[in-house]
Amino acid sequence: MNRDPIRLMEVCGTHTMAIARAGIKKILPPGIALLSGPGCPVCVTSGHDIDRAAAVGRQKGVILTTFGDMMRVPGSRGSLQDLKREGRDIRIVYSCLDALEIARRTPRRDVVFMGVGFETTAPTVAATVLEARKKGIRNFSVLPHFKLIFPALEALLLSEAVRIDGFICPGHVSVITGSRPYEKIVRRFKRPCVITGFEPSDILKGIGTLVRALRTRRPRVVIEYTRAVRPAGNIKARQLLNTVFEPATAQWRGLGVIKKSGLAFRRAFRDFDALRRWPVRVAAGKEPAGCLCGDVLRGVKTPADCRLFGKKCTPEHPVGPCMVSSEGTCAAFYHYGQ
Amino acid sequence: MARDERITLAHGNGGRLMHALVDRLAAHFSNEILDERADAAEVRIGGERLAFTTDSYVVDPLFFPGGDIGSLAVLGTVNDLAMKGAQPLFLSLGLICEEGLPVRVLDRVARSIQKAARRAGVSIVTGDLKVVEKGAAHKLFVNTSGIGVIRYFNRLGVRARPGDAILVNGGIAEHGMAIFKARHEMGFMADIKSDVAPLNGVVGRCLAASKRIRFLRDVTRGGLATTLNEIARVSRAGIEVREEDIPVRPAVRKMCDVLGFDPLYISCEGRFVCCVDGKDTAKVKRAMGPQARLIGRVVGGHRGAVHLFTRVGAGRLLPMLEQDQLPRIC
Amino acid sequence: MCLAVPAKVEKIEKGEALVDFGGVKKRVSLGILSRVAVGDHVLVHAGFAIGKVTRQEAEETQRALEELKKALRASSGTSGGFHE
Repeated sequence: MNRDPIRLMEVCGTHTMAIARAGIKKILPPGIALLSGPGCPVCVTSGHDIDRAAAVGRQKGVILTTFGDMMRVPGSRGSLQDLKREGRDIRIVYSCLDALEIARRTPRRDVVFMGVGFETTAPTVAATVLEARKKGIRNFSVLPHFKLIFPALEALLLSEAVRIDGFICPGHVSVITGSRPYEKIVRRFKRPCVITGFEPSDILKGIGTLVRALRTRRPRVVIEYTRAVRPAGNIKARQLLNTVFEPATAQWRGLGVIKKSGLAFRRAFRDFDALRRWPVRVAAGKEPAGCLCGDVLRGVKTPADCRLFGKKCTPEHPVGPCMVSSEGTCAAFYHYGQ
Repeated sequence: MARDERITLAHGNGGRLMHALVDRLAAHFSNEILDERADAAEVRIGGERLAFTTDSYVVDPLFFPGGDIGSLAVLGTVNDLAMKGAQPLFLSLGLICEEGLPVRVLDRVARSIQKAARRAGVSIVTGDLKVVEKGAAHKLFVNTSGIGVIRYFNRLGVRARPGDAILVNGGIAEHGMAIFKARHEMGFMADIKSDVAPLNGVVGRCLAASKRIRFLRDVTRGGLATTLNEIARVSRAGIEVREEDIPVRPAVRKMCDVLGFDPLYISCEGRFVCCVDGKDTAKVKRAMGPQARLIGRVVGGHRGAVHLFTRVGAGRLLPMLEQDQLPRIC
Repeated sequence: MCLAVPAKVEKIEKGEALVDFGGVKKRVSLGILSRVAVGDHVLVHAGFAIGKVTRQEAEETQRALEELKKALRASSGTSGGFHE
């Protein structure tokens, strides 16, 4: 009997990479299609946000610090790496705390941190901001370009652009959030959600659990990654996050504007907002012509469907972020030939 | 390449872009010897087969755990000669100093050069010194050229053949991670040193153990993945390797994990790949030393491409290095 | 979307832990994780311990693959779609 494959979406760039590197798709039995969703915080950072970061990086005396992931993402006037090549002080850090340390050591410079990431990363930045306040470090600010994954999942499902039967859920985001937010997805959209780790066996186990959940037609949330995820998640991390930040409307590359899907500084911490400190004005950019990243990020199209893929858009000359990010869907396709 | 294309750091990282640029430049000087693109050129002078090679060293910092720009400059060139089956004999030494460089740094580098040269059994027989204005060079650049006598019957580095075993002499990614650690103060504590070492001794033992060695290549910039691709490309054959057979020391692997690096693309300095007829695998593996591993085979299919069999048994493409890896959190 | 690597806590001092990833050690912040003790295993992301992790090993890949195949075979017996 010929049937549609089961369509499972992962929404975590680290999963995209793990699946590509291990070659999971090659050993999956037929009947399962793995889709990649908007789980790469690099990929979903809009060109406008990059342009604003670059504009801040051009201000006199600014040291712009960022995770390495963001360096090559194209804005409309180039990437942060291009800016560094121009001679601006752009530095890669492993932790937001490293950026704070630079601020402490160079009191006459202004250190700006490019805040990117999902629920796993945002609390670390919140904790750093609190540390800055405690230590009285004032030459430190953050560009709050964080994203929250749950509103995006809902937007994806509401758009019905692509049929998704179940979600392979991000293991490390879930360490922070716990499993409760997924209950809402299950209740409203009746899709099973399995919180999965990153080893090949974790991913295979997660897929197996999703298939079984679909068979019973009783969608539910399952924590497969039991060694790291608890239903309640990390309460302290969420409290710190809520102390410093509040949900805000955010623009996602490919998904557009989604309410309460980003973070903004609460009033008490607004002096750490780099956008207030450096009110740069940047013209709204346009997505490059022919770039299908938006559709790729929603799982509607694959990289192979994009006319630019492998021709005008390569890792050397990326047009869109899905090719730039080490865990972008297009980069994975290009490198590992899937 | 577009007309106004500029050189970027990626053009020097040992990966695909660098190869493309080298091909473009080498096309101006094309001849049979150059077009071999081996680690060293085989030339004949008066009936004698000689190996001739050159390399420039721009490493930063100048001194790092396990070595320095001086030892690197000697041993890198010695190893390129060894890959051609040559006994390295004589080196030239070119130094370009940035204005302001302390003389005692030069003394220290010179002492290291002599120490490495003695270790490898070579002599520095000619040299040159230049000084440029502050900012025109980064502290110190070194170039060495080397010459040696080829004592192996086969022409090495021309073509590996389907059926050949592929061996590597030890854990990869040590040099690159040592340099990264030395360059970026990120607070990691680990016993990671550059693996820079002379390879002519171990190569000599391999060549004595088997008459059927076909390819030797040392693994430098671009990492093992890039070297394997070079071999596949030059040999017009395919290569298949197994992920779990590729040796990586635990500390190196962990540091790569934390930073999000793939060790297959991180540079080495004292590692080489050997392609030998399958019949002589055990003999050559023994000659390569206790850390040596059999990592794969040369095959007839997917010519020019390297396939990696992952831990779950799936095969996927293992491409050459594109852009240098950056530490990531995702 | 997150690289997090497990490590063992060796020492705790002023809100920071010295952790051992296994041959690589580093000081990481305990700023977003409470009740950490020496000897605990934590997941480290961007310089912070984000959660505790138990030491059970990731399962055998082969077994996970077999289970998946079994689940699929069981599903192909049912007809129609998987959800309303």
